[in-house]
Amino acid sequence: MDCPITVRIQPGPFDAAAEAARLSAGRTDVGAVVTFTGLCRAEAGRLAALELEHYPGMAEEEIRRVAEEAASRWPLMGVTAIHRHGRIPPGGDIVLVVTASAHRKAAFEAAEFLMDYLKTRAPFWKKEHHVDGSEGDWVAATDADDRAAERWRR
Amino acid sequence: MKLVYFAWVRERIGKPEEELSPPAEVRTVAELAAWLAGRGEEYAYAFENPGIVRAAIDRKHVKPDAPIAGAREIAFFPPMTGG
Repeated sequence: MDCPITVRIQPGPFDAAAEAARLSAGRTDVGAVVTFTGLCRAEAGRLAALELEHYPGMAEEEIRRVAEEAASRWPLMGVTAIHRHGRIPPGGDIVLVVTASAHRKAAFEAAEFLMDYLKTRAPFWKKEHHVDGSEGDWVAATDADDRAAERWRR
Repeated sequence: MKLVYFAWVRERIGKPEEELSPPAEVRTVAELAAWLAGRGEEYAYAFENPGIVRAAIDRKHVKPDAPIAGAREIAFFPPMTGG
């Protein structure tokens, strides 16, 4: 199946609506488009910003590998994944995943798979910056994220 | 070979990358981490809990027993927290 894959790593914001529209533009076989946007939380007002460090080169390659696996497991008609890096304030977008398919089940499942895998495999690391100006800690990986990725294993 | 470090591994070692030539008896990623840990207290601090530090060879995730022969770039980093 023709499944165009777009992966971008960028410092600036993205336009989720435009990215979603692009996956069905000019074709009439797409019946479902799922869009997921991950945002930076204020953590009860404690957080001034998240700083996202990444491994240039590998970040894009690894997300593309995950997207290709999604396209091999579900009948997808398009995948777009965009991950930002650098300093992102509360309310700002961090990550976008868009999946297109003929039917909703594949699009929903593939989007969830992409996010679960991206959180445990894409080489990004979050550091907290606090509103009092102090530099916080690196965010610790969670067992819940590991379990979420593990359930897709086969 | 080129070694690159990210997040708190980079901060503890105090540099983002370096060019090193480990001795021939260092064959795997785990052995490389152990060799690095013996290079000074900043390295020992970065690898104080070697089970938690992840690695990639030439931009692909690898396990601790992966051989390092022929690697151009080896990365060490904490568990990932993107998304």
